[in-house]
Formats: sequence, structure tokens, C-alpha cells
Amino acid sequence: MSLRNRELLNLVVVGALTALGFASVYIARQSVVSTASLSYAGFFLALYLVAHLVARYAVPYADPYLLPMAALLTAIGLTEIYRIHPDDAFRQGVWIIIAVAAFAGTLLALRRDYRRLESYKYIFGLTAIGLLVLPAIPGLGTTVNGARLWIHFGSLQFQPGEIAKLCLIVFLAGYLREKREVLAQGRLKDFGPLLVIWGGAMLVLVETNDLGSALLYFGIFLAMLYVATGRLLFTAIGLSLFLAGSYFVYTQVTHVHERVTIWLHPWTDHKVYCALNGHMALRQDCGSYQLVKSLYSIASGGFGGTGLGKETISTAEGHPLIPSLNTDFIYSALAQGLGLIGISALILLFMVFVLRGMRIALLADDGFSKLVGAGLTFGFAFQTFIIVGGVLRLIPLTGITLPFVSYGGSSVVANFVLLAGLLLISNRANAPKTP
Amino acid sequence: MNRQITKLAVASLILLAALIGATTYWQTWASAGLAEKQDNAIQRVAQFRIKRGLIRAADGTLLATNVRRKVNGQTLYFRRYPSRKLFAQLVGYSTQVRSRAGLEQSENAYLTSSNANLGTILNKTLDKIKGVTITGNDLILSVRPRIQRLAMSQLAGKCGAAVVMNPRTGKVYALASQPSYDPNLVEKHFDQIKAPGAPCQPAAPLLNRATDGLFTPGSTFKVVTATAALDAHKFTPESTFDDPGYCIEYGKQVSNAASPDGPVEAFGQVTFAQGLQHSINSVFCNIGKAIGAGLILDYTKKFGFYEDPPLETPANEKAASGLYHGGRLFFPPHPATQVDPGRLAFGQETLAVTPLQMAMVASTVANKGVAMEPQVLDRVVDSSGKTIVRVHPQALRRVMSRQTAGEITSMMVAAVDDGTGGAAAIPGIQVAGKTGTAETGTSGINTTWFICFAPAYRPQVAVAVTLENQRGFGGTTAAPIAKQLMQAVLSPRSNK
Repeated sequence: MSLRNRELLNLVVVGALTALGFASVYIARQSVVSTASLSYAGFFLALYLVAHLVARYAVPYADPYLLPMAALLTAIGLTEIYRIHPDDAFRQGVWIIIAVAAFAGTLLALRRDYRRLESYKYIFGLTAIGLLVLPAIPGLGTTVNGARLWIHFGSLQFQPGEIAKLCLIVFLAGYLREKREVLAQGRLKDFGPLLVIWGGAMLVLVETNDLGSALLYFGIFLAMLYVATGRLLFTAIGLSLFLAGSYFVYTQVTHVHERVTIWLHPWTDHKVYCALNGHMALRQDCGSYQLVKSLYSIASGGFGGTGLGKETISTAEGHPLIPSLNTDFIYSALAQGLGLIGISALILLFMVFVLRGMRIALLADDGFSKLVGAGLTFGFAFQTFIIVGGVLRLIPLTGITLPFVSYGGSSVVANFVLLAGLLLISNRANAPKTP
Repeated sequence: MNRQITKLAVASLILLAALIGATTYWQTWASAGLAEKQDNAIQRVAQFRIKRGLIRAADGTLLATNVRRKVNGQTLYFRRYPSRKLFAQLVGYSTQVRSRAGLEQSENAYLTSSNANLGTILNKTLDKIKGVTITGNDLILSVRPRIQRLAMSQLAGKCGAAVVMNPRTGKVYALASQPSYDPNLVEKHFDQIKAPGAPCQPAAPLLNRATDGLFTPGSTFKVVTATAALDAHKFTPESTFDDPGYCIEYGKQVSNAASPDGPVEAFGQVTFAQGLQHSINSVFCNIGKAIGAGLILDYTKKFGFYEDPPLETPANEKAASGLYHGGRLFFPPHPATQVDPGRLAFGQETLAVTPLQMAMVASTVANKGVAMEPQVLDRVVDSSGKTIVRVHPQALRRVMSRQTAGEITSMMVAAVDDGTGGAAAIPGIQVAGKTGTAETGTSGINTTWFICFAPAYRPQVAVAVTLENQRGFGGTTAAPIAKQLMQAVLSPRSNK
């Protein structure tokens, strides 16, 4: 069976699973949701068939599992968003259409040779920095939960950090491929750029108050530096610098300090000062409210879960029990609905995606492709770890999206472009060599 | 670069695998602990899909039932309490916003069918598979509405509590606490729960004074002291004392309590038995000094002080009786030097006891020296009407010999026939009782008590009544209420 036919077969399976998911929500909440829910599955399958046809034309030799896996992840996300808030599901559907268009556009534009991007690496680097600074511009940036991550044009909100991540990876891949031999010698003066980027990450951290994004960018940088030079020492030094810097920020910036305190001690027996309203309150009723409620949601899922559509997410009167459920905390809603069995399967799906991505990086035959492939894949894995790890109290909670699953336009678009990148690299590596 | 990419792949997989590990922790290990958290509304709201079991009194009267409501496409069951204020603190409430209290809290497992009986698990699993509403198990209590209603009406307008129980089985017939509240208000009108005009501050209508209210026992504690003195063979009922009207302690003069009939009396030459009959403080002061605080405290432990009484209500709604120090239960490691034995002997010192504990003291004497576990739960019935659990009477321990119990009983009978407890006398029936009037620190304001049982030598009922902020005495305020409660149980209509 050809690679593309295998992809088509997988997509049909995903389409069936999606129909099942929506049916489950529909049956569980019959009097609330309408039969329109079932049309989502059909719309979904049609959309991915289009994506498949574009892939068939543009990247015939690309990995056949990535697109179906991305489709399944978005379907799971959309089902859960639909269950939480049907109106958001419609908007998310529109964003998925835009994302698939961006996916198709990327594939078509770069199908001959994406490697020419390498020559524009500094433009990508500058774009990344520009995008990261955008939310800090007064009048353009919006502060959500104490972090400046968003920009808005009228009613349209956009999180530029998601696209900046991709630009950064392309820049780093180009830069590191060029300088890897020099860097590997480990001369002191070559650490200049490393320190500059470290400083940049710290700046982003202070400027946006967002530990998660800073950690993500810097983690991607260290991972790619390691892949390029093979020197674990650099990574270790970089990591210690980051930790030292974070500690400094932790002691200086109240918002970051608060996040860490919440992480370490989410429950208090006595009332403590609540920065949100200036009164004394138990921390679980104040700063760690979100985290604690989300943990309750995960815990109540137990081994088998309640079943999709049967999660308890609001009181009988409709007051939500867990805040930001369809963005930062979609994992906690899914964990309640799917239980340990289902949610582990979801994480395994992420793991297989990462394995396929890394395999593409391994099979690629030039340094730039390898670095882009490894960078994109690690970025995907690390972002998943940061948000889910935060929700699970493994690390301090920071609001970034769960790739493909969370509600959020910029995130979905960025992740589909990431997918297109991986398919392009894979296509080139697998294509029959013309002498 | 492939070596590095492989390592990076392994690192990424380890990060993701850690997520499965952490999820496993929260969904298995930590799950039960989180479900118990007070602010975990998810767990509570989820349980509203379960048709909770009913709670009924001994005669079948509904104390807690369900109202079915369709909300957002879900069928939910909300609680209604038809008996309203009557059994408020005992039955408690189950709400979305304010968690649970009373038996609704402590017996939640039965009421939601999450108890571990094999049949219940099987039924629940079948219901789950069939998609049928899970129905909880019903609780049948031993409380009798007629007795409870009488107790509540007698206590109305006062702050106090009454416990009525069967001394031979430990089954509780009434557990009354005033002021009370309407549990139907808890969900939406919690701010309306007030007790205006209650003669105590704070009025605390949610507090179950019968099990969780701590009061100075006063002279009712003399029953415990007498038990220690007689059972340890330090004295006999015939031992004689000279009562000058006071007792010298550490060089200070401690007067006898004033009696209802007039100022402090001096009885002169009296026996041990007369000491209890007339509640003479100086006699007990001297007994206390002679036998020591350690022995008295050992006997309090036998009676069940210093532990939560094994009643089915939640642990946080029960208090242990004993000496209190700085707001905490205090068992002195060296009683001889840390406790004033004279004041302890007649129930002052820093003693604080619950009405339930004093009902247990009376019951133990009545039951020939064996303390029974107090029980309000009679049986648990599943949705098909089959009894799945029957709560059998359970002896707590033997506190004193049969002989001691007999001797104390005759002294308590004398106290009612010709002593401080005359107001509890029932024509034709021998009643054993002991009054108590505890000083509160405010002159003229007392906590008054009466503990009793009847018929004295074939006991069917034991009662403890406590009233806060009284100007009168135990014999004048509490004894008449106790008398009515005993009569209500002993009358032919008592099986209602």
C-alpha cells in the first residue's frame, strides 16, 4: 500500500472515531446539544480529506501517520470543547479550517525545496523577536491572568508567541548548522550568541511575566544546541543559567513568585493574604483556585472516567466548577471524561507523534532539515509537557495551550504549520533520489 | 547528529511518560483524598445524579427525601427535609454549595450506594451499565418522632439539649438540640439561618449540642465520683462524713452549693448515700481528696470520657468529654499535682462534658454497670426493600461491678424520692436520678442538668437534659423535662 493510501485509511478510521466521540457527547447530553453535533464529524472528515489530497499532491512521500494523528488530536479537542461550550466549538471549527488552509498553503509554497528558508534565517530570527515583543506594546497587548501574551486587533485576539516559536526554530536551525563546528570547539567567545539568546529569553520572561513560554523557547534552544554540537555540557550550563535567572526573577517579580508558591503549597489550612481581592482567604479559594479545581476534576475521573459528555464541570445551575476549562485546563476535563485508561492513550498518541517526528529528523539527510525536524518535534513535546505538567502540579502552572487539543486559533494554526514542516522534511527524505 | 537526535527523542518520551505517571498518581493514589476535600464541589455535584437513600425514623416518618429536577438535560436529585427543624442537627444536610453535615455526611456511603457490600456493588454496577439512575440505600433510625417532638418543645425558647436512650441497648430515642434550624434553607438561603431571641451567645443553631456541646457537668458528675469510690472499695454507702457546710481545700473554704430551698445548709453527720441524695459538695470534696484525682479520671475513661462516643454522627460533630485546658482535651499525666481532686469530685474544675456522655453515664448505671455503645442507626435497607445491614446493640465495656451499680442506683432513687431530684418523680414508677447545677463563672447563671433512668430496677429509658444560662437549679429546671421524656417512653403509646 502506498504511503498516501495508508494515510487515507488512517484518516477514515479517525473519522469514524470522531463520529463516535460526538455521538457519545450527543447521547449523554441529548436535551442540551442538537443533532448538529453529528454533522461536525462529517465536516471534519471532509476537511481532512482536503488536507490529504493536498498532501497527496505536494508531499507524496511524507510520513503517513502524522496527519491522521493530528486529525485525531484536533477531533478529541473539538469534541471536548463542544461538550464544554458548543459555541466555542463552532469558532474552533472555523479556526481549524483556517489552520488547514495554512497547512495546505505551506505545503504548496514550499513543496519544491523548503531549504531555501535557510538563507532567510536572520529574517526569521528578527520576526521571532518582533512577534515576542508585540504584546508588550501598549494598546496592542492584552494581559490575561497576569501574563501579557496576547495582541488584539479589534475583536480578533492572537497569541503571537505560537508563530514566534516556529520562526525561532527555523532561525536556530539555520544559525546552528552554519556555526556548529565552531561552537563544538567550545571557545569562550563563541558563547556570545548563546548568552544573547539567554538574555532574550529572560527578557521575554520578565516582559510577559510568563515562565512557561520562556521555558519553552529556551528549552527548544538548548535542545537544538545539543543536537547541533553534541556537547551536553553546553546544555547543562545553559540550563543552570536559566534556573539561576528564573530564581532571580522569582525573587523579584511578584506574579512569578505567586505562581511558584501556588505550585508548592496549593492548599492552606489557614487564611493567607489573597492578592486577587486583597482579603484574607484560604489559598485554595484564591490563588490556587484553578489548579485545585482542575486536580479535583482529574481525580474524579478515576480509572475508567465518566465517559465523554458525562463529566461534571458545572453545578446544576450551570455555574462552572473549573475555570478556563477549554484552554489551559482541557486536559483536566478530558482526564475526567476518559479516565486513566483514556487519558494515557491520549498521552501515548502524543508520544507516537513525537517518535514519528524524531524519526523524520533522523532520516533527513542534511543538517538544516535534521535541526528543523528535531526542533519542531521537541517544541511540540516540550509544550505538551509544560502545560500538562503544570496542570498535574509537576511544574508551576503556566498558561500555554495543549497542541492541537486546546481551544485557541493561533495555537491550532501554528501547530498545523508545524505539521506541514515535518511533512515537507519527511517527503524530501523519503523521495526517490534522482541522480 | 543522529546520536543526539536519538537521545533527544528518549528525553522527550521520558517527559511525556512522566505525565502518565503524574496522572496515575492523581487518579488512583490521591483520588480518595481529594474527593474528601471540603472545597471539592465536583465530587458533591456528581453525587446529585444519584438518587440518595431515604432517611426514616423508627416509625417510618420521612426525615430526608428527594426532589427530582431536570437541569440542563440532566436528572438531578435534591434533598428535602420534611421534618424541618425537628431532626436538623442529627440528620444534617446534603447540598451542592455547603457540603454535607450530620448523618448525611457520615452515612454518605450507604446513602449513595458506595458502601462495600457485595450486593450493593453488584446492583450499582448493573445500574451503571444499564444507564439507570443509581439509587442509594435507605437508613432506618432508632429515633422516635413523638419523643423528639416532646423534647424539642420542652427545650423551645431555651438553649440546651436532651438525650433519650434505651440503657440496655444503647438505641437513641431522641437527640434534641435547641436552638435548631431548617436544613431546607442551607442550599440557597443559608444567611437566613439565625436563631433570634435565643438566650445564649452565640446561638449556634447548627451546633448539635447533644453530641458536640461541652458543658460543666456539676453535681451529675458525682455519679462518676461515687462509682470510683465504691467500685474501688475505698468507701461504702454507709461510710460517714461530717458536713460543716464547706470543705477545706488548700487552706481555702469551699462552700456547699445553695439549695433550691434556701441558703447553704450544713447537714452535720451524714452517710455517703445521703451525700449523693442531697448532693452535698463537702462530702464529695472529701471523697475526692481521699481517693485522688487519678482514680476519678481512670473511671471517667471507663465511662467513655476522653474518646468520641461511638455514635454514627460525623467525627467533627462529636466532642469527647473530660478535662479541658486551653480549649483542648487534657489528660493530666500527673493528676495528683495537676488537678484539684475536691473540685473535680463534684464536677467543677475544668470538666466539660456532652449531654450524650452524661446520658451514657446514667445508662451505664441503669444497665448494671455495662456501658452500651449509643446508636441512632437501626438498619440499612436497599432499594428493593431488603435489609442489608442491621445494627446490633454493642457493649462498650463493663465500667463497674453489678454491686456498685446497684448501690449507686439506690442512692439515685433516694435523690428522686427524697432529695434534690423530687421533680422527676413519677407516681407508681421508681425513678433514679441526679441533679446538676454547674456554675458558669457568672453569678446566678448556671448550666442545669438532670440525668436519670426508669424504672430504676428494670430500666427502659435513660435521659440526660442540659439547659444553658439558667437562673434556677437542675432539680427545678431540667428534672421536670426529664420526667416528661421518661413518661413519654414508658407510656403505652411509646412504640410510636
